[in-house]
Amino acid sequence: MAAGPAPRREGASASRARLADRYRAWRDHHSLSAADSLRRVLASPGSSLLTWLVIGIAMALPAALGIALDNARNVSGSWDSPAQISLFMQASVDEASAAELQQSLSLRGDVESAQLIPRDAALREFAELSGFADVVANLDENPLPNLVLVVPAAGVDPAVLRAEFADLAQVDQAVLDMAWVQRLNNIMELGRRLVLALGGLLVLGVVLILGNTIRLAIESRRDEIVIVKLVGGSNAFVRRPFLYTGLWYGVGGGAVAALLVLAALYFLDGPVSNLARLYQSGFTLQGIGLIGSLQLVLLGGFLGLAGAWLAVSRHLGAIEPR
Amino acid sequence: MIQFERVSKRYEEGHDALREISLEIARDELVFLTGHSGAGKSTLLRLIMLMDRPTRGKVRVDGRDLSTIGSRGIPLHRRQIGVVFQNHQLLYDRNVFDNVALPLVIAGYDQREIGRRVRAALDKVGLLARERALPVTLSGGEQQRVGIARAVVGRPRILLADEPTGNLDPNLSAEIMSLFEAFNQVGVTVLIASHDLALISRLQHRIITLRDGQLMGGAA
Repeated sequence: MAAGPAPRREGASASRARLADRYRAWRDHHSLSAADSLRRVLASPGSSLLTWLVIGIAMALPAALGIALDNARNVSGSWDSPAQISLFMQASVDEASAAELQQSLSLRGDVESAQLIPRDAALREFAELSGFADVVANLDENPLPNLVLVVPAAGVDPAVLRAEFADLAQVDQAVLDMAWVQRLNNIMELGRRLVLALGGLLVLGVVLILGNTIRLAIESRRDEIVIVKLVGGSNAFVRRPFLYTGLWYGVGGGAVAALLVLAALYFLDGPVSNLARLYQSGFTLQGIGLIGSLQLVLLGGFLGLAGAWLAVSRHLGAIEPR
Repeated sequence: MIQFERVSKRYEEGHDALREISLEIARDELVFLTGHSGAGKSTLLRLIMLMDRPTRGKVRVDGRDLSTIGSRGIPLHRRQIGVVFQNHQLLYDRNVFDNVALPLVIAGYDQREIGRRVRAALDKVGLLARERALPVTLSGGEQQRVGIARAVVGRPRILLADEPTGNLDPNLSAEIMSLFEAFNQVGVTVLIASHDLALISRLQHRIITLRDGQLMGGAA
């Protein structure tokens, strides 16, 4: 036993069997490596926890900012079709003909709604809100024109509509106030890009941190790698446990990130709903949900693999039996 | 089984480790390789293991020119050769069983077959009772026998040993050598590098002598 030439198997059925054997061996070694790597990660809970925390925090930051941005978009979503065209009537147009115009405009297909603000009502409102009631009372005549506010239907370009209304005989001036919408959208876009840039940097950081962790793991097992290579271990065989180590660090880090985000949302939920109530808004904070959490864990695992691959491809080739 | 054709090996720093070595080792042969340290014994073994490539000349193992084996083929090549090292090269965080099983795990045997073969190999070297022991708890001679069990567990056709008795007393050394002879008797080609002339000249086997990288005798 334990000596003598290995029997050579030949023939088609034998080679099929060997292919199946090799697949089984490959699969076995994968589960073996995965389990062994997990055992090693768990064997030093202190340093593993630190690694998980570092990765978790680095991933939680952009994730939380992204969620904040989504929530901000939800808030602004309720103002999403605020494009409102103000039609200031000619001074000669009285309230009745303004109402007529308002009627005809509100029947149009490309108009969502049209609202008449009569000049007297406008003046009253101005007097009440501005605190210039005395001044207003002293005016000989009302300087304000009748006003029709038009909200374009969804999908209609408000600028085109404004141009059309400006040509109406009754209309003195048609004003489309979109500047603030554009500003808001630009601010949101800026925020989105900042989050993306920050996220990109932190993701790169995570990959490098993991790469370095795996590099240290490779260094500490240098002798073992040499021996495995001496008795015929392939590069893939040597690589496998380290890739799994990276995977476990990444998955753990992703889970920590999901927990951190959940904790932050829980922490903020009370004040936010209080604030929303004060503004009489039904707004509630959107969480990351189960899918989002899983995505974080998945992303973590992917980053872990990437970092491990980086370390393994850089450092494993250099370790050869001497 | 092993052929060297005018093989030279010059290291980058200009040192000639082997010069124009030609030799042939037949299947079923046990051959000793001797010479002072630095004479080129280890280099010769390294060339067979593909841990190094010759600067000039050809090395053949089992009829195959080793220069045709690329880096991807090296693991498969090494799996058909068992190696025993002077410093054992064991994994000290794993027990005896796992150390011996390593080549089989690498080659992808299933668990039952691994168990069977590892125990057979340990039985052969007289360590069956110590399969759960960690290498550090074993004596030098026992560690070397674990190394031998690991070298033969995959049933290689070639067994190489680099100073396998280097740190052992004469009795243990003789014991180790008789193990190698036993493997040779069942058809394994054995090549042992050793400078223990007193021991190896007592055994009736061919002795190849190297001096400063040159062949002094025993090549035929």
